[in-house]
Amino acid sequence: MWYYEKKLQYPVRVRECNPRLAKFLIEQYGGADGELAAALRYLNQRYSIPDKVIGLLTDIGTEEFAHLEMIATMVYKLTKDATPEQMKEAGLGAHYVNHDNALFYENASGTPWTASYIQAKGDPIADIYEDIAAEEKARATYQWIINMSDDPELNDGLKYLREREVVHSQRFREAAEILKEERGKKVYF
Amino acid sequence: MNEPLTSAYYDLLEEIQAVDFVLCELTLYLDTHPWDEEAVRQFNHHAKQSRQLKKQYENQYGPLFQYGMSYSSYPWNWKDAPWPWQV
Repeated sequence: MWYYEKKLQYPVRVRECNPRLAKFLIEQYGGADGELAAALRYLNQRYSIPDKVIGLLTDIGTEEFAHLEMIATMVYKLTKDATPEQMKEAGLGAHYVNHDNALFYENASGTPWTASYIQAKGDPIADIYEDIAAEEKARATYQWIINMSDDPELNDGLKYLREREVVHSQRFREAAEILKEERGKKVYF
Repeated sequence: MNEPLTSAYYDLLEEIQAVDFVLCELTLYLDTHPWDEEAVRQFNHHAKQSRQLKKQYENQYGPLFQYGMSYSSYPWNWKDAPWPWQV
């Protein structure tokens, strides 16, 4: 089971109401390489992966939910005071008519999240290499969002999240080596 | 909680976030390096520090966990604002 902790993993501050930045950030909320996809990918793969890496998938999957909450907080703070007119100007007119200022699991262009973004092959090497790729894609996406942002306070939180993707990728690379070693130990008759 | 949050609140929260970050990093590291005795020592040291800081935080600002992971004052105060995205 899981316990919720009533705090963010890292402080989230934004300089001002800015729905245009929120529109970009939604990519990491409900996009293909976003935090929801990451959490659900790892926590689903862990049931059929060898014991030696179940702990890592569980812990990184759990941390992704903390990141999802950080992204949600960023989007919430950037849009909570936005008028319908400001939402429209930011390209969020279609979002507004469907959701008002509520958050929704969609990507930057408004496509809803889908399970087809993630995979579970049952083959440990295939799954862990997908996870490494996912972390690298998320890292790149954070960089592209930082490049689009002119809010230094928001960027501080985004840089933290970008660095977490680097660490996760490193840990998954170590997990790949552990899996290869385990595979080598198997006795075939 | 009705009174506005002070800088002391943010300082204590950040102190907890810093210690918990060490624990998060060491957790993932130890998942792939379980035999690093020094890292386990660091982990247990910070786990103790985190508990002490959270006890102090909860006494002042209310529970961080529920389902019985934290004690409650009367009346039940888990549901009280602020929530993390509101601070």
